[in-house]
Amino acid sequence: MAEAHPVGFQWVVEAKNRGAKVIHVDPRFTRTSALAHTYLPVRAGADIAFLGGVVNYILSNEKDFREYVLAYTNASMLVSEDFLDTEDLDGLFSGYNPETNTYDQSSWMYAGQEHEGQSHGESHADRETASAQQHESHGPPVPADVPRDPTLKDPRCVYQILKRHYSRYTPEVVERLCGVPQAKFLEVCEAWTANSGRERTTALVYSVGWTQHSVGVQYIRTGAIIQLLLGNMGRPGGGVMALRGHASIQGSTDIPTLFNLLPGYLPMPHYKTHETFRQWVDDIRHPGQKGFWANAESYAVSLMKAYFGDAATAENDWGYGWMPRLTGDHGTYQQVLDMIDGKIKGYFLLGQNPAVGSAHGRAQRLGMANLDWLVVRDLYMIESATFWKNGPEIATGEMSPEECKTEVFFMPAASHAEKEGTFTQTQRMLQWREKAVDPPGDARSELWFFYHLGRIIRERLAGSTRTRDQALLNLTWDYGSGDEPDGEAVLKEINGYDLTTGKLLSTFNEMKPDGSTSGGCWIYTGVFADGVNQANRRKPGREQNYVAPEWGWAWPANRRTLYNRASADPEGNPWSERKKYVWWDADKGEWVGEDVPDFEKKKPPSYRPPEGASGVEAISGDDAFIMQGDGKGWLYVPGGLIDGPMPTHYEPAESMVRNPLYGQQANPTRKVYDRSDNPTNPSPPERHSEVFPYVFSTSRLTEHHTAGGMSRQLAYLSELQPEMFVEVSPELAAERGLEHTGWAHIVTARAAIEAKVLITDRLVPLRIEGRTVHQLWMPYHWGGEGLVTGDSANDLIGITLDPNVLIQESKVGTCDIRPGRRPTGHDLLRYVQDYRERAGLVPGHHTPIVTVEEPDDDGQ
Amino acid sequence: MGSNSLYGPVDPAPDAGYTDAPPRMGFFTDTSVCIGCKACEVACKTWNAVPDDGFNLLGQSYDNTGGLSADSWRHVAFIEQPSRGSQAFLGLPTGPSSAPAANVVASQQVVPTGTEPGIPPAVDALAAAATAGTEFVGAGPKFHGAGTGFHGAGPEFLGMPGTDLPGRTDPAPRSDFRWLMMSNVCKHCTHAGCLDVCPTGALFRTEFGTVVVQDDICNGCGYCISGCPYGVIDRREGDGRAWKCTLCYDRLGDGLEPACAKACPTESIQFGELDELRERARARVEKLHAEGVASAQLYGESEDDGVGGDGAFFLLLDEPEVYGLPPDPIVPTRDLPHMWKRAGWAALTMAAAAVVAFAGRRP
Repeated sequence: MAEAHPVGFQWVVEAKNRGAKVIHVDPRFTRTSALAHTYLPVRAGADIAFLGGVVNYILSNEKDFREYVLAYTNASMLVSEDFLDTEDLDGLFSGYNPETNTYDQSSWMYAGQEHEGQSHGESHADRETASAQQHESHGPPVPADVPRDPTLKDPRCVYQILKRHYSRYTPEVVERLCGVPQAKFLEVCEAWTANSGRERTTALVYSVGWTQHSVGVQYIRTGAIIQLLLGNMGRPGGGVMALRGHASIQGSTDIPTLFNLLPGYLPMPHYKTHETFRQWVDDIRHPGQKGFWANAESYAVSLMKAYFGDAATAENDWGYGWMPRLTGDHGTYQQVLDMIDGKIKGYFLLGQNPAVGSAHGRAQRLGMANLDWLVVRDLYMIESATFWKNGPEIATGEMSPEECKTEVFFMPAASHAEKEGTFTQTQRMLQWREKAVDPPGDARSELWFFYHLGRIIRERLAGSTRTRDQALLNLTWDYGSGDEPDGEAVLKEINGYDLTTGKLLSTFNEMKPDGSTSGGCWIYTGVFADGVNQANRRKPGREQNYVAPEWGWAWPANRRTLYNRASADPEGNPWSERKKYVWWDADKGEWVGEDVPDFEKKKPPSYRPPEGASGVEAISGDDAFIMQGDGKGWLYVPGGLIDGPMPTHYEPAESMVRNPLYGQQANPTRKVYDRSDNPTNPSPPERHSEVFPYVFSTSRLTEHHTAGGMSRQLAYLSELQPEMFVEVSPELAAERGLEHTGWAHIVTARAAIEAKVLITDRLVPLRIEGRTVHQLWMPYHWGGEGLVTGDSANDLIGITLDPNVLIQESKVGTCDIRPGRRPTGHDLLRYVQDYRERAGLVPGHHTPIVTVEEPDDDGQ
Repeated sequence: MGSNSLYGPVDPAPDAGYTDAPPRMGFFTDTSVCIGCKACEVACKTWNAVPDDGFNLLGQSYDNTGGLSADSWRHVAFIEQPSRGSQAFLGLPTGPSSAPAANVVASQQVVPTGTEPGIPPAVDALAAAATAGTEFVGAGPKFHGAGTGFHGAGPEFLGMPGTDLPGRTDPAPRSDFRWLMMSNVCKHCTHAGCLDVCPTGALFRTEFGTVVVQDDICNGCGYCISGCPYGVIDRREGDGRAWKCTLCYDRLGDGLEPACAKACPTESIQFGELDELRERARARVEKLHAEGVASAQLYGESEDDGVGGDGAFFLLLDEPEVYGLPPDPIVPTRDLPHMWKRAGWAALTMAAAAVVAFAGRRP
């Protein structure tokens, strides 16, 4: 956190000064570790084993916050008798289909609800479209009336299933798998549990590197299970906090730049399952189920009204026919492969530098080199704009400027200080930003670029009667009269209007399904409440309560802590005076507290829904997790995840360690692109894993920013970290003959890159399964352009994705490291090819998804 | 000029002749909360338009600045060292520490800063190497070049006496570790050697008690360089003039805090009235001692040290040498009154002798 989020880390320092204990778990000793009380080195890619060990510690010692767990989680719910665990099936859950590498999820459901489970086909479609991302604002659908055992004794209840699932994740196993000495591991378990309960809460903070694994979603799930068991969710000082990698990354999923989502986590329509408006809306709201999502039609219609204005009418289904449709996986990695295959002709890059910043740099560059046109908007001439003349493939002869047909349009962009708008940070808080200076020269904001691009295209298409042009022609496209569009006009459109009065809406509860309201992102409604830009509020913290509700504005409804009904006990009283946050005031007959209650204001704790109720009415007075179909926090996920209801330790897609817990080596549902240009290093029990004997991880340095477009062009930052380097332990340096500040090169099946060597005590070998495992680390900031240049670490990484959200496994892989510089020119290709051949990655080789024990060389 | 003006406790601004001077302002840099983000270095350069000092990988942990120079007025030192008690790597299959050897390699890096005399060859690195484990000095072979992978970087290579490097010598598995970070800066001494020897008046004492070079007066003579007991002030090549931290004199005049302190995210760099900072610092040391950080100590806080106390002082977590700081800095002009007195007597004696001699000719 100190490395990549130094400004945010001030609050950790502040907490430490107030007596908080800081524990840092990381494969390498970083600037964060330097200030932590306790540092634990851990093997990259084994986090579920580590956290699963914590779950086991909690359950086997009964350290869970039992009243909280009983009231607010699904611990007591009974699961189908058909469910079989990975413990029963050697690493697979029940319902696995090896043909599609997906699960039929019927057996994962609660008892009596098996028919609600997803089939193989649905799971497959969900993986193609990363549909789990919809659940960022709400849980997947399940019926509310679930059989329960409040004694938690029934072997089929979630609590017992969880306990059995993690019973093998003992401190010994954590040590064997993660390399963490048992005493240190137990120190973490004790600190975490001792600091949770009625009087105390613990926060879990992770950076988004956690998501960059083939089991990334399940990493975070394991953290969430612990926080639920310990009662740390919905309470002050608790939670699971994701530190984003860039300003407004939260905003870029709320108002998404993702292929599969529309604003406010509405799913992008799919051509087959969402043929009609009604099918689409019903797929979101699930008629008859409980929760706020039942109002989805209002949100959907308001979105269409924001898009198409008067042209959206009840008669034309609010213009639903103009909406684009998904046909499958259009994720960023599929797109790159489609470019290589010539299926995509044009591409926009906005503040993104995939030639350096995305996994498998060579694939990224070869893909872009096979386009007709490419628009790059950035502050500087980045590698993704110059790959056709300066990229590494020019030197190897794979590309030549004369033959590369891609026409690159470079558009200088305004920086964050040169334009107005909002950032949405990790707490879902929008903060308005003024423009400080005019952008230089021809540089312009994104808003300017897209507004005028749209304006010009619409002028060109004016009068067209072709069906395909109608969506563009019917868009509302009015954001002020100046050359630079008015950012507040956009934010107002997002907030939404009452179209009958022209007034801005104050809450999404005012949205209607009859076309009388508009709103570009329902969860953002209220950001312009009372006609005031609430994101622009800057009342100092000392002039308000500690939650500081008048600084900026947070979705939904300016609520700072989600599910804060859980900060009170089932009867509505604070769990303790010390952790008082939101509670039921019986005299007033409403929920009150420091924050905006995340509950219907007037619904008493004693409320129980009438028989047959649905929607908001069906939410019980103690259903703290109101966006979940059953109102409970999920220790066990009966539906909505592709790779299983409970996190299970799988080895990374590339590992030199055989999974000690299961026959199944790696995530059996991971998304693999099995192509000759995307080889995966072999892992046991495949042969030849010894060709790539070391674990590597990549991340950032404080001194640079992502792919370097904003830092390697600046002398004051470049001088602080001037060269690409690789960090190795003294032990690995000795094993490979590496010299401090000398050259080394790192090799995977994709590429070989070179870097200067830093030998440091901060990296240590680990003992995993009785053998010594060396890890090395690289920053990924360098590329060929800028004041300081170097090889790109992302060239080493292949494309294997988490099945739920299609994020690449780029935080762990296997490699070799050798002293000296890498070969150049054509020799480099031959050099890597030689590694591939030694690793058995020859034509006809396929990386097994379901693990198959291979016979030894002598046929055993 | 009172005798106090060159040594001992004094409030420098009134001593320099200011009437109604504002309180003395300074820095308290608390290294125990420094996260090594280097925001201070960048903020300083941005505000003061200081040039970059070249793109050089120094191999000295994450320090690629090397030290304070005419083109680096804040410098964050990074020290990787064994440290009893941390047990960061206890129980892991480790070999000996690489820190001393890495520091030796770093000490041999040339640091072309574009300044004169620039950064002395890795003073910090050598200092760190020498103190990397004062608690661990013991018997046994000191350093295995081949065993740790530092080929050719053995002690012979350094030309240091003996076959042993100073510092940690135990080939036992390393189990303990800590990473110290410290943002260094001009100390704005109570008795500033640079100022005392400046012949042009380019260096002057401000009303805030700080020491500033006026770039339109400096003639580049370089006397100040030998006058500084910390090796802070330095000349820029091509320009020839001396440059160093001004404690953002221009910002202070407008009631703003210096750029580095403003940018520091963890309040490691604290700016304020020196008296108040000293109180705060003493309280902080007490708190750290109470928490078991016995090595916490203040540096430059005492008015009784060789420079009359620093306007910019530090809380360190180890001995000053570990950070490349002189343990007992003394302003070279301390002995001036004494020297002048001696010189005066000598001159008088000579004059008297001359008179006598002259008189002697006329019997």
